[in-house]
Amino acid sequence: MNLLVLLILVPVVALLLSVFINAEKVKNVILLGAVAELILCFELLREFMLERAAGNNAPYLFEIVYPWFKTWNINFHAGVDGISVSMLLLTSLVTVAAILVSWKVDEKPREFFMMLMLLTAGAVGFFISMDLIMAFFFLELAVVPKFLLIAHWGSGRKVYSATKLALMLMAGSSLILVGTLLLYVQSNGSFDITVLQSLHLDSETQRLIFPLMFLGFGVFTALFPFHTWVPDGHSSAPTAGSMFLAGISMKLGGYGCIRFAAILLPEGTQYYSSAIILLSTIAIVYGAFATLMQKDIKYINAYSSVSHCGFVLLGIGMLNQTALTGAVLQMISHGLMTALFFGAIGMIYSRAHTRDVRELGGLLKIMPFIGSIYIIVGLCSLGLPGLSGFVSEMTIFMGAWQVPGTFHKVATILACASIVVTAVYILQAVAKVMLGPVKDSHFLTLTDATWYERSASWLLMLAIIIMGILPMWLAQMISHETAPMAIKFLTVNS
Amino acid sequence: MLNASTLLLIPLLPLLSFLFISFIGKKYLPTLSGTISVLVLSVSAFLAIAVAYNYFFVVGMTNGIYEAIIPMKLEWLRFSPGVSIDMGIILDPISVMMLVVVTFISLMVHIYSLGYMKGEERFAVYYSFLDLFTFSMLGLVMASNLFQMYFFWELVGVSSYLLIGYYFTKPSAVAAAKKAFIVTRFADLGFLIGILVLSFHSGTLDIQTLIARLTTSDTTFYASATFTGFMGVSSLTWGLALVFIGGAGKSAMFPLHIWLPDAMEGPTPVSALIHAATMVVAGVYLVARLFPIYAISSPHLLELIGYIGIISSVLAAIIACTQTDIKRVLAYSTISQIGYMLASLGVSTYGGLNGEGFSASMFHLFTHAFFKALLFLCAGSVIHYVHSNEVKDMGGLRKKMPITHLCFLLACLAIAGIPPLSGFFSKEEILAAAFAHNQTIFYIAWLTAGLTSFYMFRLYFLTFWNKDYVNHHESHEHHSEGSWNMKLPLLILMLGAVGAGVVPFHHLITSDGQPYESEFHLNITLMAVGLSLFAIIIATIFYRKKNNLSDKISSSISQLYDFAYHKFYFDEVYQFVTQRILFNTIGALSSWFDKNIVNGVVNTTAFITEAFSETIKPVQSGKVQGYALAFLFGILGLIAILFFFNF
Repeated sequence: MNLLVLLILVPVVALLLSVFINAEKVKNVILLGAVAELILCFELLREFMLERAAGNNAPYLFEIVYPWFKTWNINFHAGVDGISVSMLLLTSLVTVAAILVSWKVDEKPREFFMMLMLLTAGAVGFFISMDLIMAFFFLELAVVPKFLLIAHWGSGRKVYSATKLALMLMAGSSLILVGTLLLYVQSNGSFDITVLQSLHLDSETQRLIFPLMFLGFGVFTALFPFHTWVPDGHSSAPTAGSMFLAGISMKLGGYGCIRFAAILLPEGTQYYSSAIILLSTIAIVYGAFATLMQKDIKYINAYSSVSHCGFVLLGIGMLNQTALTGAVLQMISHGLMTALFFGAIGMIYSRAHTRDVRELGGLLKIMPFIGSIYIIVGLCSLGLPGLSGFVSEMTIFMGAWQVPGTFHKVATILACASIVVTAVYILQAVAKVMLGPVKDSHFLTLTDATWYERSASWLLMLAIIIMGILPMWLAQMISHETAPMAIKFLTVNS
Repeated sequence: MLNASTLLLIPLLPLLSFLFISFIGKKYLPTLSGTISVLVLSVSAFLAIAVAYNYFFVVGMTNGIYEAIIPMKLEWLRFSPGVSIDMGIILDPISVMMLVVVTFISLMVHIYSLGYMKGEERFAVYYSFLDLFTFSMLGLVMASNLFQMYFFWELVGVSSYLLIGYYFTKPSAVAAAKKAFIVTRFADLGFLIGILVLSFHSGTLDIQTLIARLTTSDTTFYASATFTGFMGVSSLTWGLALVFIGGAGKSAMFPLHIWLPDAMEGPTPVSALIHAATMVVAGVYLVARLFPIYAISSPHLLELIGYIGIISSVLAAIIACTQTDIKRVLAYSTISQIGYMLASLGVSTYGGLNGEGFSASMFHLFTHAFFKALLFLCAGSVIHYVHSNEVKDMGGLRKKMPITHLCFLLACLAIAGIPPLSGFFSKEEILAAAFAHNQTIFYIAWLTAGLTSFYMFRLYFLTFWNKDYVNHHESHEHHSEGSWNMKLPLLILMLGAVGAGVVPFHHLITSDGQPYESEFHLNITLMAVGLSLFAIIIATIFYRKKNNLSDKISSSISQLYDFAYHKFYFDEVYQFVTQRILFNTIGALSSWFDKNIVNGVVNTTAFITEAFSETIKPVQSGKVQGYALAFLFGILGLIAILFFFNF
């Protein structure tokens, strides 16, 4: 059977099974499903790399088409390239970790774990979609459970945050839908990206449709100024929800920007590239400075995500191979890193019952494992070599600097400068939360991570370290896909 | 001997030790970890010395030049064709010399720490961090690729952060670690952008290719780098200047020096290793690594670097005269000596006798590593004994700690440049080079040499003479001056501090790899040694016995004294700029803007929508058919609009 179909089937089967079994046992089934999904993703990676090594240079591998709504020419059209494969890996890794971290959720466990699996199904479906309506379907599938997760299992102003998140993402989706329909009309009735890609739309049309698609997906990836759902959404979400949100959902946007906006509409991308760079640079710098002032460790991470996701869009806006590769690497790196960060924060919060940096302090002594994870992932966030963040950020910087022109240089320098601010807020948070004397005597009774928290942390940590030490295979796989894109952007004008 | 597998062992052994201690040793062998680490590092040090011997005396010169050897180069991350981060090893005179210095000093510190850190709760963790640092530093030294160097450069920074913050429950240590990391990170921003600029124009990150392409004026790369510019300065010079900023940050040059004195919060052996002998000279090493480009393509910039070095040197020396914390005096002295090395590079040109500044700089780096590490370790023993960093708690220790006293005295004489100790030779070469090429730098350097002798002997007398030692810790049985593992490294380093001057640097390490004959300048020697002796005599009069002479002098120039005592208020200025302007203004503004403006717009939109929907509430009948109908009409309407606009 086609691997991609299996990738969709596994979560569906797991979901169906969970309806019928004891609510206490649901998590076992879901975990099993997630692990199976992870194994499948590795198998997909293996087969994909073998195919590529054997010289199969088709843009999409493992393609499969089933007609869905014949009248509207909507198909279930799946296929993957190097970018999708890496995104699928990210998704399945974060899923397993998020499920493990939530092992002790006892509030409506059946529904909770099913929501997580539903999110995964949505993300996986989205990443293999080659049909715009199919992609849209899966995208929405990944939004609705998030609303419920936050509104029901969240904390703080959860209903407000959940509503805000859902409304903003829906608004983004509506832009995408309009863009999709416009493309449908333009292509005389096709939602298929292979068809749309070969279409040579005139520049005016591209300029009209591109902003719809890009802004729509941009909302998902915290494009300034549509990022305000990020801090509230993250801070109110349960731990697994935040991990999903940062690790996967925000990547749906970045991936969409590349796959469904930039590649389909190269001239539009060209035309708006300066605007993209401007907005992403603002997001990077402004996000970093806004982070400096946050007092809640979850807010710190949420704002830093705004800053880090700005790098993704910056890489896209620079329109060359290196920067695009960097953008994809940054999505993976940020996904792994932030998921782990939120995981660690969740562990701290569930023990100390506060996320206020002014109340926390000296936790490293009490919980060395969680503390070390928090510090290491913080170092990854500020771009320590040997961890994933360094690889992706440096690739973006190298690519961005290749673009001539003062505007681009200034944007690159500002982006580089933001990593100094990152160092400031990360070390500030580490110093206040982890180091120094123990702030509150009741912290002394707290315990370190449990087995499931440890396994979740190790899983993501290993991924971060492997990507940081051996990035070449990943970078090669991705740059194989970004090379034709860059050529396309180059040849648009001539 | 000079093959990749042997060379790789040198940095990989400490890395393995780090991993072993982190994952196994910390838990199961908490006290044995130190010994394991020492053993591993002695193998590394042995290999490094063997490599140096082979490089200089077995392989030797080819065509009269010590050539660079690249035994290994692996592509690690490719950005675009030709531009990639490679993990390579370069063997040339300076990297071989640094290999020896790093592994040797690190080994001494490892042994010393067995005694110094004994009984610490996180003893094994301490050793794992030391090994991580040693690995990173060796990686930096061996890097054959500019980005590889940056890679290890950052790792070195982080190991330094971890070690300064070793006593992490102490707020001052945490703050110092943070400060050190952030200041150097800020400087590294320059390094990073410099790399971007240089690689953009030269189309490579490989150091040798980079040097080849940017020093010969007939290449297109050179043309591209010199024809484009910004603010009247060529891109090449900008790139080199930015790279140097990174080096200045790590080497604590003015005005980026503020982190080094605070870094003394770390355990003293760490200060000896990282903040005296190895990491802080990385900036000098960086300039030396790219020296041909600096000297040939941007001589004016190199001159500027020389001035920055000498100004740092004299300012730090003045501050050192006023400080009362033994480690801080040594920290400022380190800044001063590194400034010396940079000044020496600044007065050098490429090749031949005119390149003697380069050779002298490397020479001073070498000798300084021994006597400064020795000074720090002695200070460590003293602190271990009196449980205080303040000189007012010391005094009269010469009888209590005879070995430490002897070592400290010899190290002081070495740093003061008294013949025939090691510092004399390297300093004399620096002064000779400066005298020949830049008289301004020469006179400032000469003056600084006098100040150096003064503050070092001030420290020496205040610690070991001045008054009789009063034990404030009568309550418990007082230990002796330290166990054998603390004394042994002192004695070995003492041999280095005394004898390192005999190494004929102008035969081994020169700017172009060709040996030259150095000249002996009697007049310069007399001037320098004379001033040093004079300064020592003054220090003896002031501080050998307790008297109020020094107070009289300092109060007569009280304003200047206060100014220097407060380190010229650098910290306060930085505090103002970062806290007030960057954080409290820009940060607070961004945060406020986000909370009120961006978020406000969203909430207002939501509010208006809600108010609007209140008024059209009846539409929401709750009947699904009604929704479906509305949805259908909506879609139809959209399509109608699309057709109307002729899509």
